[in-house]
Amino acid sequence: MRDFVSKRARAIPPSGIRKFFDIAQTMEDVISLGVGEPDFVTPWCVCEASIYSIEQGSTAYTSNKGTPQLRDAISRYLDSRFSTRYDPEAEIIVTCGVSEAADIAIRAVTDPGDEILVAEPCYVSYNPCVSLAGGAPVPVLCRAADEFRLTADALAESITPKTKALIANFPNNPTGGVMEEADWRGIADILVDHDLLLISDEVYAELTYDGDHFSPARLPELRDRTITLNGFSKAFAMTGWRIGYLCAPPEITAAALKIHQYVALCAPVMGQIAAYEALRNGEAEKDAMVQEYRLRRNLFVDGLNNLGLACHVPKGAFYAFPSVESTGMTDVEFAEGLLREQHVAVVPGSALGPSGAGHVRCAYAVSRDDLKEALSRMGTFLESLK
Amino acid sequence: MDEKDRILLHLLEENCRTPEKELAVLAEMSEEDVKDRIGRLETDGVIRRYGAVVDWERAGDGNVAAVLELKVSPERDFGYDRIAERIARFPQVRSLRLMTGAYDLQILVTGPSMHEIARFVSEQIAPMDRIRETATHIIMKTYKENGTTFAGREEVERLPYSF
Repeated sequence: MRDFVSKRARAIPPSGIRKFFDIAQTMEDVISLGVGEPDFVTPWCVCEASIYSIEQGSTAYTSNKGTPQLRDAISRYLDSRFSTRYDPEAEIIVTCGVSEAADIAIRAVTDPGDEILVAEPCYVSYNPCVSLAGGAPVPVLCRAADEFRLTADALAESITPKTKALIANFPNNPTGGVMEEADWRGIADILVDHDLLLISDEVYAELTYDGDHFSPARLPELRDRTITLNGFSKAFAMTGWRIGYLCAPPEITAAALKIHQYVALCAPVMGQIAAYEALRNGEAEKDAMVQEYRLRRNLFVDGLNNLGLACHVPKGAFYAFPSVESTGMTDVEFAEGLLREQHVAVVPGSALGPSGAGHVRCAYAVSRDDLKEALSRMGTFLESLK
Repeated sequence: MDEKDRILLHLLEENCRTPEKELAVLAEMSEEDVKDRIGRLETDGVIRRYGAVVDWERAGDGNVAAVLELKVSPERDFGYDRIAERIARFPQVRSLRLMTGAYDLQILVTGPSMHEIARFVSEQIAPMDRIRETATHIIMKTYKENGTTFAGREEVERLPYSF
């Protein structure tokens, strides 16, 4: 029989944490700091609204781009929360999570041979999506010394005549780094000079602890060269509902919509109804969750630094990204040792891009008691190395 | 009262045994600041006392509880305050509130048996001056108390890793 698997699919590298996953599966008492999702259950008002709609028989396809009421609510939310304006009819598509939004955004703008810059370390999907679209992902490194911001210098160095777009995710998974207005202004000049597009994944926007999130599409010079991606998973603890959205100028939105309607048809209606309720009545619970993440961050980052694992204070998302260089181990050795010896799961930074090497990603989206237990086990592990 | 005070109050309400050192880290302030603020909140009577949320049904102490609704004639110049103060002095009264609606005062009463509670209502509360009417509701089961849910629910398992 022929080998039916395509060269493209074959070329996608295997997941960097498969091995860890298998080890963790054999253990009973793992404390996992490896999960990129909230530990909270979706606010009850959101679940209840969705359950009710199912009881009422709301189980059919929706408009490809999402229900009008949800698009309208998203438009108003973005305006009031982040001061960005998008027309709910022509500039917003509701997608199956931000993952799908990223995929269709990349496919809508990438031609074979295009170089797409990816600010990393970063979420693992961007590079494969660029490759599957026929483009060439090119890393732009964000460094610990810059608190993992994307700098204008690093960006400028990576641009070639083939460069078409930049993908950036701030607040950042895995570093917790954020970009403020001044940071974006420096980036905007370069994007305009080289006539580049920005794909800005802002799924952690609500999880910004010191100051407000700045959405780059607020800058007039970037407004029409930016695709903004956002979603409900992180802010409203709704990962399993799979609701994200893409916002872009009408021409790009129309192109992305063609891809979306053929690959996904529409986002699940139950999720869309839930998302609408989250925007209407979920704010207080969202704020309470954000407050709790902030407390956990304070507790955990203080603990890491006390253990001698140097960690900058992440200003957003729910990840701490400490350096493990003081142990003399690589991030993969550290993560594997910690899992095997002390049953604490963290993600090696190098699995999230070369500039993540020497760091581990710890998601503090677990209870404070678990964080304390994890810190104590990490302390025992570090002692055992001496 | 500022934002930092509010954070401290929430943390103490959630677990009043949290060490001051940990409170300092959580609330982004020095330990001295934590001590000063808690001292002031205690002095000002914002923090009334420190206690545990106890599931007495699980503890199996056999006590019973009832909610009493009272219709009361208010007094000139004092309203409901003086009669409420009299009622509050009984140790059987766990909580006491003035309500809008069909009745005036709502009381939570506990006692070793239904018989004891019935006796307390009929002999101590109902005959008091200005009490016009009482209605007693027996508490059958407590599902949530002071923000804590008592019914045990299985935790949903999450994947150990995801990006």
